[in-house]
Parts: sequence; structure tokens; C-alpha cells
Amino acid sequence: MIRLALMFLMLAGPAFAIADPAEALKDPKQEARAVEIGQQLRCLVCQNESIEDSGADLARDLRHIVRTQVSEGKSDQEIIGWLVARYGEFVRLRPPFNWGTALLWASPIIALLAGLFAAFSLRRKAPAQAAPLTAAERKRLESLIGS
Amino acid sequence: MNRRLLLAVPLVAAGAAGVGFWSMLNGMREGKFDPRGVPSMLIDKPMPDFTLAGFTAADVRAAGRPIVINFFASWCVPCIEEAPTLLALARAGVPLWGIAYKDKPAATDAFLTRHGNPFAKLARDEPGTVAIDWGVTGVPETYLIDKSGIVRWRFSGPMPEGAAQFLAEKLRA
Repeated sequence: MIRLALMFLMLAGPAFAIADPAEALKDPKQEARAVEIGQQLRCLVCQNESIEDSGADLARDLRHIVRTQVSEGKSDQEIIGWLVARYGEFVRLRPPFNWGTALLWASPIIALLAGLFAAFSLRRKAPAQAAPLTAAERKRLESLIGS
Repeated sequence: MNRRLLLAVPLVAAGAAGVGFWSMLNGMREGKFDPRGVPSMLIDKPMPDFTLAGFTAADVRAAGRPIVINFFASWCVPCIEEAPTLLALARAGVPLWGIAYKDKPAATDAFLTRHGNPFAKLARDEPGTVAIDWGVTGVPETYLIDKSGIVRWRFSGPMPEGAAQFLAEKLRA
């Protein structure tokens, strides 16, 4: 019994906010496209969720708009462009590459280069040669090792 | 590489980050910077066309003077907070037009009776589609439209004293 319940739990797919099946498009292909587009769009209310994941009212309205435009046969770019025209680039969860975001996109490379540079400059510094032991030191060492 | 220089690099970086954070926090305190703010795409652009029960974009343009448009809702708590500010603006002669966002007409009317009605004209956007065209992310949101129908200024959230003063001054000029 428990095994069966666990099996059903594992079968449960990722929980999207569109709990209401009436929201989904009838054509599964179109619905999949709508989900894919919606996942790239930021919910303006919760801000770190996509409109596909958010339960906010505005997110639901935007999901509806995305689905309407998908069923009208608009391209992904047209649909995302429609939202960017209203809410700005911020509505994209994945920022486009341009001069304003160049530093953002380049930051992993910059971090890697900085790390390599630091590692290299530390390695290049050869360890200083230890001065040879003085006669007194050698004597004390011998007495310590007890030979 | 000079050891002293190697030590200075992280110190300078930490100092710069500190100054950046300080100015950010200071801006948040003074209300000039909102980390969650979404900049309006409409500034210095014509207002989006719309037709609502109450008034239309053409009515705003036909007013022949700058108009302040306020998106609000009866279910919105910050709108209650903003109500006295709007009433004061209306008393000062600022032409305020209201758009009720995703609100039942009866609820809107009850809200305006209870908290005072600062609006010379009232439109109803029950499905909330006009608000999306304007890029409204939440209520209240306030827009200043100049007499040729260009959006000149937007404030998201309940207007503090300073914003209301700024708006009144901008309209007097």
C-alpha cells in the first residue's frame, strides 16, 4: 500500500501554477510552446518567478495573453517582444546580450581569468631558498634528534 | 608583481563595493531608488490607446491640459494609504482621472464613498487589459500625461508627500 502511494507520489509531475486545466490550450503542442515562452517571462509581482510558476493575478493574465497569441500563430519573438514593449527588458528572465548586460554575461569569464591570474602569479613566486644551517643550529639539531 | 599592489586590489574593490551599497541604501531611504522598481517604458512616449467605460485616450488628449491618471482598486491596501494624498492634490486643482483596475464597479464605488473621491473622471478596467498595455505592475500607479498625450512621469506605489509635491509643481510650471 505504502509502496503504491510512493509510486504515485513519484509520478506526480512538477507542480506548475496553472492548476486550472481550463487555462491550458487544447492543442498539446501549442500548450507546450506557451509553457516554454511563459517560463522565459518574469512575473512582475513576484519577480523571481516566471509567469508560468507564479500564482499572482497579473501572471495569470499574462499567461492568458501568451496563450491567446500562441493560438493566433504569433512567433516566440513576437510574443516576447509584445511584453518587452510594455514592461521592458526586465520581463525577460534571461537578459539579452547587449552593451548594458555585457559585464553581466562576461562576469564568469572575468572571474575565471582573475582566478587564473591569481593562481599563476602566486605560483611563479618560487619559494625562497632557506639559508644553510649555521654551525650552532646544526649542533642543536643533532642533539635534538639524538644521534 | 608587487605584494603591496596585490593587497591594494581587494581593498580598493571592497571599498568601491561599500560606496556602491551605501549610495544604494541611501537612495532607498530617500525614495529615489527602488530595487524592485520596474522602469516605465512609456516615459516621453504617447500614452497607449484605450477605450474604457468612463473615458478614453482620446478624452485625455482632448482635455487640452496635462492630466494625472491614477490606477487604483478597492482591494488595494496601499491605495487607502494614498487616498488622502490624492484628495489633497485634487483640492489643489490637479486634474486627477482614475482607472479602477480589476475591480467590481460596486466595490469601486463603495471605496470612493468611504475614502473620498479625488477623481474628476472615473474609468473601469475590469479585465485589467488596459493596465497591461500601460505596463502597470501593481496598484496604485500614477502617470502624468501632458496636453499632447505624451507620458511624462510615472510613480509606482502610493505617492509619498514628496512625489505629490513634485507632481503639483510640475503641473504648475
